[in-house]
Amino acid sequence: MKFTNNQVDPKRRAALKVLGLGAAVGAGSLAASASPIPDVKTGDITLEDAWGEFFQQQYQKMSPTEIEDVLERLERTYEAKYDTKVQVGNAPPLEDVVFGYALNISKCQGYRECVKGCTEENNQSKDPDLEYIRVLELEKGTMNLETADPYYSNDEPVPKPGKFYLPVQCHHCENPPCVKACPVKATWKEPDGIVVVDYNWCIGCRMCANACPYWARKFNWSEPKLPVDRINPDTHYLGNRPRYKGVMEKCTFCIQRTRQGLMPACQEACPTGARVFGNLLDPKSEIRYVLENKNVFRLKEELNTNPKFWYYSD
Amino acid sequence: MDIIRFIIDCGKTVVNGSRAYWIWIGTLFFFISMGVFTYANQWRQGLAVTGMSDQVSWGFYVSNFTFLVGVAAAAVMLVIPAYIFRNEDAKRVVLLGEGLAVSASLMCMLFVAVDLGRPDRIWHLSPYPGLFNWPASLLTWDVIVLNGYLALNVLIPSYILYHQYQDKPYNKKLVFSGAVLSMFWAISIHTVTAFLFASNSARPFWASALVAPRFLATAFCAGPSFIIITFLIMNKIRAYKIGHKVIDMLAVIASISMQINLVMLGAELFVEFYAEGQHSASARYLFLGLGGKSGLVPWIWTAQALNITAALLLMIEKTRKNYRILFFACTMAVVGIWIEKGMGFVVPGFIPTPLGEVYEYLPTLMEVKVSLGVVAIGAFVFTMMMKPMREIQVGVLRNPKIARAAEKEKAAKHLEEEQKQVLDRIQQP
Repeated sequence: MKFTNNQVDPKRRAALKVLGLGAAVGAGSLAASASPIPDVKTGDITLEDAWGEFFQQQYQKMSPTEIEDVLERLERTYEAKYDTKVQVGNAPPLEDVVFGYALNISKCQGYRECVKGCTEENNQSKDPDLEYIRVLELEKGTMNLETADPYYSNDEPVPKPGKFYLPVQCHHCENPPCVKACPVKATWKEPDGIVVVDYNWCIGCRMCANACPYWARKFNWSEPKLPVDRINPDTHYLGNRPRYKGVMEKCTFCIQRTRQGLMPACQEACPTGARVFGNLLDPKSEIRYVLENKNVFRLKEELNTNPKFWYYSD
Repeated sequence: MDIIRFIIDCGKTVVNGSRAYWIWIGTLFFFISMGVFTYANQWRQGLAVTGMSDQVSWGFYVSNFTFLVGVAAAAVMLVIPAYIFRNEDAKRVVLLGEGLAVSASLMCMLFVAVDLGRPDRIWHLSPYPGLFNWPASLLTWDVIVLNGYLALNVLIPSYILYHQYQDKPYNKKLVFSGAVLSMFWAISIHTVTAFLFASNSARPFWASALVAPRFLATAFCAGPSFIIITFLIMNKIRAYKIGHKVIDMLAVIASISMQINLVMLGAELFVEFYAEGQHSASARYLFLGLGGKSGLVPWIWTAQALNITAALLLMIEKTRKNYRILFFACTMAVVGIWIEKGMGFVVPGFIPTPLGEVYEYLPTLMEVKVSLGVVAIGAFVFTMMMKPMREIQVGVLRNPKIARAAEKEKAAKHLEEEQKQVLDRIQQP
């Protein structure tokens, strides 16, 4: 499996170790000096791009032209890193749309196809595996999450007798505690209700992860490894563009798809039709039908975070 | 000009020292460089080198930060008697306490910094040029109060020392108002740190109104205990002479605070275990183990044994006034509280996760090494402050201009005397 192509070959790494840190910088510039000076590279990024990345402002603070520059730079650096053309879009929220999700737990069979669909779409690290959706296997008759098993085996056929399945992902709260907790405004709620992260502004303090009642936020503890042949090249700045070491990420309701009128990947991947996604402001939408006609409930509603993710059963 | 001379003279004191002093500095440098190299490794590889995970996303670093905020806040227990009540014994050592507060707050900041996933973006955590989510985010509050506290504890002693150096009386009203400010500030740094945890309604173990008062109680026990230990050591190695009255006063404060802490612990245990709900799962994990996992159980009981023994030794006057026993009692209190409100408070908040998973945490060797480096930096800064402070306070270090002026005055007086004698003889009949 080919991972990112920016890995230093072992011989060079050994040499760098011997030379030590100060000398490593020298060795790097020596290696780079084979080409003319303006092309000095730090890893795969030009010095100018590294400069631009370091001083980049928070997404909401940038002007449209600045964002244009950033998107171009990101496409450049991703191409250098992954040897693939990656499109980075920034489609704005649709007018009069607030997204909501409902999940039918009597239909969910615990196949975890949603998890697969999500990781194929969203360019998460594949080593270690980073997943936005956690499917909990629970004993029928209880909702005590402490008795849940998220690690039930894929080898045994599901659904297992006497069990039911509860997939959990970001609930995109209307009153998100994670947004409140972030010290640098690197995460916020978009007008269409999606809670997003600016991966270039996050400082990696993990305040948001501590605040989340749904354990929806996942951190890049090391450099995310994304095999080149598994990259999804259609990305969004606030969504599935490849991430960095030391930043937080989470489910974005597949912002790159849903803002173009498509369904989220997990909804499409679900073979049982347990997932209903749509516009909460549209009275004719399926999600509105579910909310108005089914017995829905929300997880940990007592915390008043007002999630836009409901569960229901037939 | 005088200020530059002051800084240079203070700098001179730290490069002069005995053999033991240089051995101490050398040891600190060993630990600092070990910490720096380990941290460089962490910077390259990411926080994966620590034992932290999505399940337990804060660990040893934040635990030490939490504990040290308490030590920093405790300086106020010397500031209040010294500047507000004008207690002479406290006045003599208050600068030591403030020095300790400076190095403790510095260590706090470093512990937060080494815990960041993107330390290169730490500048985002400022009102300018970064973006400050104030007042919503409690971490921004912590940045403000810690920096403010650090500044106060640097400015007040420097102001006093500079005036002593110049042999001039300082403005008592100014220092008094500074002291009042730092009194409230000390309470605020610890309350804010408690709220950093208690604000998470997703984590029932932390989301308790008792967290802030308990933090204050443990701070005013561990802090004075830590100061007593430092004083006794400095007395022993003759680095500084400290009167017994101050030590006795601090011991009483530590004693009372520890008793209050134990009362609150009892109240917490009652609420957690009498009608044990799902929200008590973290307390169960901490004290008894949960789902077959019990990594913190021996630690927390060790901590409670240490705390109770320390409380007894500090309570009985005979043992409290025996400084050998007091030293051990204070060590016990410091270690006990370090466990209890460090790892014993931060880690169980994450176990079980909001989705009910019990996943344990153990710090890695790299985390311990980086932490030792941070502590060594703190000790180094403390030493660098103590040296000139001591020489100014005992009167060895003064502005040389003042000495020269005094000499001139003396010479002038001498001359006058001579002249007078001559005149006297002329006038003799």
